[in-house]
Amino acid sequence: MIAPVTHIVPVTTFRRERILPVPGKILVRKGQKVSATDLVAQADLHAEHLLLDLARGLRVSPKQVSQYIQVQEGASIEKGDLLAGPVGFPARRVYAPRDGKIIMMDGGQALIELAGKPLQLKAGVPGEIAELVSDKGVIIEATGAVVQGVWGNGKVEFGLMSVLAKSPEHLLTPDQIDVSMRGAIVLGGRCENAEVLQNAEDLPLRGLILASMPGALAKVAQKLQLPVMLLEGFGARPMNNVAFKLLSTNDRREVALNAEAWNPLTGVRPEVVIPLPSDGYVAPRRDAETFAPQKQVRILRAPHASQTGVLLQLLGPSLLPSGLRAQAAEVRLESGENVIEPLANLEVIG
Amino acid sequence: MPPSLVDADSMLVVDVGSISTRAMLFDVVEGRYRFVAAGAAPSTAAAPFLNVSEGVRAALDNLQQVTGRSFLDGSQQLIMPAPGDGSGVDAFAALFSAGAPLRVVVVGLLEDVSLESAKRLVQTIFGQVALSISLNDRRKPEARMDAILRTRPDLIVVAGGVEGGASQSVLKLLEAVALACYLMPENQRPQILFVGNQALKARVEATLGGLAKLHFAPNIRPTLEVEQLEAAHFQAAKIFGLIRSQQLPGIAELNTWAKGSLAPASTALGRVVRFLSKTHGAKKGVLGVDVSASATSMAAAFAGQLTIGVYPQLGLGQGAPELCEYASVASVKHWLSHPITDDQIIDYAYNKSIFPASLPVTPEEFDIELALARQAMQSALRLLASGFPDGVAGPGGAMLPWMEPVILTGSIFARAPNLAYSALLALDGLQPTGASTLVLDQNQIAAALGAAAAVNPLMAVQILDSNSFLHLGTVISPIARVRPGVPVLKLKMTYEGGQERSLEVKQGVIEMLPLPYGQTARLQLHPLHRADVGMGSPGRGGTMRVIGGALGVIIDARGRPLKLPDDVGKRSELYKKWLSSLGAKQS
Repeated sequence: MIAPVTHIVPVTTFRRERILPVPGKILVRKGQKVSATDLVAQADLHAEHLLLDLARGLRVSPKQVSQYIQVQEGASIEKGDLLAGPVGFPARRVYAPRDGKIIMMDGGQALIELAGKPLQLKAGVPGEIAELVSDKGVIIEATGAVVQGVWGNGKVEFGLMSVLAKSPEHLLTPDQIDVSMRGAIVLGGRCENAEVLQNAEDLPLRGLILASMPGALAKVAQKLQLPVMLLEGFGARPMNNVAFKLLSTNDRREVALNAEAWNPLTGVRPEVVIPLPSDGYVAPRRDAETFAPQKQVRILRAPHASQTGVLLQLLGPSLLPSGLRAQAAEVRLESGENVIEPLANLEVIG
Repeated sequence: MPPSLVDADSMLVVDVGSISTRAMLFDVVEGRYRFVAAGAAPSTAAAPFLNVSEGVRAALDNLQQVTGRSFLDGSQQLIMPAPGDGSGVDAFAALFSAGAPLRVVVVGLLEDVSLESAKRLVQTIFGQVALSISLNDRRKPEARMDAILRTRPDLIVVAGGVEGGASQSVLKLLEAVALACYLMPENQRPQILFVGNQALKARVEATLGGLAKLHFAPNIRPTLEVEQLEAAHFQAAKIFGLIRSQQLPGIAELNTWAKGSLAPASTALGRVVRFLSKTHGAKKGVLGVDVSASATSMAAAFAGQLTIGVYPQLGLGQGAPELCEYASVASVKHWLSHPITDDQIIDYAYNKSIFPASLPVTPEEFDIELALARQAMQSALRLLASGFPDGVAGPGGAMLPWMEPVILTGSIFARAPNLAYSALLALDGLQPTGASTLVLDQNQIAAALGAAAAVNPLMAVQILDSNSFLHLGTVISPIARVRPGVPVLKLKMTYEGGQERSLEVKQGVIEMLPLPYGQTARLQLHPLHRADVGMGSPGRGGTMRVIGGALGVIIDARGRPLKLPDDVGKRSELYKKWLSSLGAKQS
């Protein structure tokens, strides 16, 4: 059976696509080194437009407007530029009300795209531009440790990681975030209340890597400017041991935290990357595997949520404590306990 | 049915869902079409595969292991027609529900007339209205255009103008649509469906034809009083398939195998429900219910008139947080039989949204899952009912009209721990009234038959009539305004052998009368305290013929609307009692 994979890898060379939702402008060149926060592409996704009635401004019929036009379609304009006229006495003219670009002139009207803030796409990972994808984006090759999360608030940052979590079960409290951590990306364990998030924003931290937080805080976290990533999910879940060991042994190292929202349809997933030197080897894409004995797995749901272990055997349809029957496997947890888990609740760690 | 009327045609139907892809084989056995077997595999529309074909082939492999029959040749192409060596199939159909909901912009003249109908049309496919534009919209045309551009819609539905009515206002609204399409890259322009004043077709074509792929369907609001969605729904379903073919690699190949008959799962379920409505007569409606991770879908038909609703915001997977928000956490909590906090419900919903395929292992988590399902059905029914034709027969108010049968499909019903769970889930979530019949789609083939009906209607008819569906039981639901414990119904059941069994049913209980599966009996109903059992008016009784289901005959006298105690301990006791009444063994 096909098994989903979550990447918790000490060192690998990997590639990540950064693609704009609409065609735009690529800001980097092939072979260029980038940091996680460097802009790689931008597009006018949220451009505002203005429909200017030139005929009314000149007090002529729409058919007559063309003889008084002073700019061409496609021209960039600045506020105050003359667009049409003069007509009559006293002379009537139409000026550009704002900076922008003439998109279309038709029927006595001008459609102007106003200059605005473009959608800017950050690299997300530190690495080298391996490929340019026409006018849509880039593929970045990077090397380092990778730990994928399950939820992110859509922000990206790069900075020193400060490990506050003393154990996988660590509870991050508001008082633990102090001024010595300003500008750091904090590995914080579980979070239970909004004050933690607010303190992180106020200080400010550069990012928060959490094991879990209450679902009720999801909307609060989404409004923050700093990236917040969950490794396990919602509620009071501890951090899985594999991720904890890897991250906690990299205290004070620079990390890239890309807390993009997980989109299963595109494969985009939040992750933290710890840049490490490259040996030139590109890891094959292993985002899906099959369940088989000896595979290291993570459990996604209660009562053993976030625990990791080794798949011992596939059991076929099995009765669960909930009364449901499902394809299941026997898993040996790190504690040595053997448990039966439905395959639907397992991810292979790879 | 004489065997000679049946072509010996085997049929394969593939259903690409958001979690699983299923391949179902139907064939002729002893002169009649039968459901033979199904194979399943995880769907592969999402990363890392990004192509549904992988899941389809895995499901076919699984079906091959079950049946010993191969379906693909060496080049991984479908063997069709069957060459006679035991491999391949003679016909193929496909349906889909995988992928994200379509982002839709609706444009209409009046908010509570054409725009409302356009929104209801969107609800008949797997779509979410991301933006509405109407005549009352105070924004400038360029601001509307910017809103459309920001929305990046898959589909724009334009309604407005009754037949022979407004034209200029509709065309004026189209200016923003035209400008937005003009500014979009050609390969990202949406499909446009015009369902307004038909006199405007030529002018709409002139305005939008060169800018986007334009489709037409009959006016969904031909007069102010009349709403007609059915024809537009089938056109919208076709467009949905077209969009999915472009979005999800592998869907187009399936459509080729299906010779262009690919259908959305909700449309396919609607076909089955409409067909049953036509064959079951005009007195009652027929209801089909599918509660899944991606959406809760319902189809109801009255005398062949179909109402479909697909509600992604009421799904048990990605939509679970939205379901909690839409219906309120308190509403969900009210269904629970374990002491579970609001935060635990919200956490559960968010975790389901990131792991939609995962399963509840503990009884507490399963309790939350069932509570979400019950609330999803309640909320979906309220939305669906707004599209029911006027004057449908029923007890009135917000209660469900008379429905028979009610088809329960989806894994939450089919994979429940036992039949009592499935029945109680349906009784709580749907709260049928009068006399109804619960039919469990235990093999999850109802929607597949709807897709198959487009290719082989006889096969769909015969399978619907076969034992592939499990008749759970006739349900009598008396409605009376009395306190719990007061008798509301006296009944007498006369079995085929002449034995009789009498029972007095009190308000607040569920009773199960044993009647072997498939056996018939005569049931005399004598309502008390003017209880309404759906026999014409409150207090009126009568005699009816009932057929035994897997749970015999069920009397649900808990009242409508169902009122559960606020205390979770009392609820827990009641659930145990009700499940026990339905034959579940308690641990």
